[in-house]
Amino acid sequence: MDPRNQVVAIVLGASLVLAILELVRRRRLREEYSVLWLVTGTVIALLAAVPALLRVLTRLVGAEFPVSVLFFFGLLFSLAISLHFSVRISRLQDQVKDLAQDLALERADARAGRS
Amino acid sequence: MPRRREAGVEAGERRYDGVACVIPAFREAERVGAVVAAARAALPGVVVVVVDDGSRDGTAAAARAAGADAVCVLAFNLGYGAALETGYKWAVAHVDGLSAVVQCDADGQHDPRQLRDLLAALDEPPGADLVIGSRFAAGDGHYRAPAARRAGIRLFGRLVRATTGLRLTDPTSGFQALSADVVAHLAGGSMPWDFPDADLIIELHRAGFRIAEVPVTMAPRAGGESMHGGGVRALWYAFKVTLSVGVTVLRRPRRRPPPPPPEEI
Repeated sequence: MDPRNQVVAIVLGASLVLAILELVRRRRLREEYSVLWLVTGTVIALLAAVPALLRVLTRLVGAEFPVSVLFFFGLLFSLAISLHFSVRISRLQDQVKDLAQDLALERADARAGRS
Repeated sequence: MPRRREAGVEAGERRYDGVACVIPAFREAERVGAVVAAARAALPGVVVVVVDDGSRDGTAAAARAAGADAVCVLAFNLGYGAALETGYKWAVAHVDGLSAVVQCDADGQHDPRQLRDLLAALDEPPGADLVIGSRFAAGDGHYRAPAARRAGIRLFGRLVRATTGLRLTDPTSGFQALSADVVAHLAGGSMPWDFPDADLIIELHRAGFRIAEVPVTMAPRAGGESMHGGGVRALWYAFKVTLSVGVTVLRRPRRRPPPPPPEEI
């Protein structure tokens, strides 16, 4: 792997990890959501820093260039994160619906109690 | 259960105590009042609950003025199915000895007098747990839906037949009567948000409920906006229901609870 590729990937992975940790520290990101992101950043940085690991992986998946393996895994993790969010959003929507219905029922009761 | 009689009600006229009429309404301030009044007149003793699905146009006030027993106002628009579910939840919690729920749309296209026929089909042999008022069962062609809608209804009818063996001509109809068991089942988390359609019928059939259809007539829209959009939305809707039917068939059916043992006295 070209050393320039290597440096870019290490810097990218490391900054991702640092940015996530900072967001968690400021309580802008909940711990449970940070896990997948931290894994993504760590794996990118690790694979870039240890070329032997990346070479083994490249042979394993039958790819031509180590760099494409690196970005393939980055993309895979991004997909996993998106899917994770879709699942969470579906659940949130259900919870919001239940809340809206409960509020409507409570308000109807309160109104009936007043009159 | 003996039926309560009130002054002014002729002897022999059927009363509908224990029946709730759920009317989901979205931006129907001008029409919902007439529907509430017609439902009360058609079904003496019925409890009318209107669910205002985040209209903000005075729909709730109009329903109250017309004498609805309860008006549940959703803080924002959830969709037709979620609005119905709100009504079911209210009925389960508030109607003593709930025996059935009927539902009709707030736009005046359904004639509440026909709710009697739907309710009769619940009780009369062979009996049913869900009775669907079909616009097409009469076969007289009085109701002409737009071509795309007709194609969708035919497609969903075929889906229902392929998966359950039931021959239904109008699985999309919102004009229905439901037994208390079905209402409890739906209020327990089976309702889709937007439109309960073939997917729900298949789910109920798999859960062991009996489903019947009776012919009804339906008036053309008197005004306001239709709930079903055309074009891309229709395609999206067809896709959604088909997908939903597919996963419903793959899901393990949530069986209806067995009837409770007879009470010891």
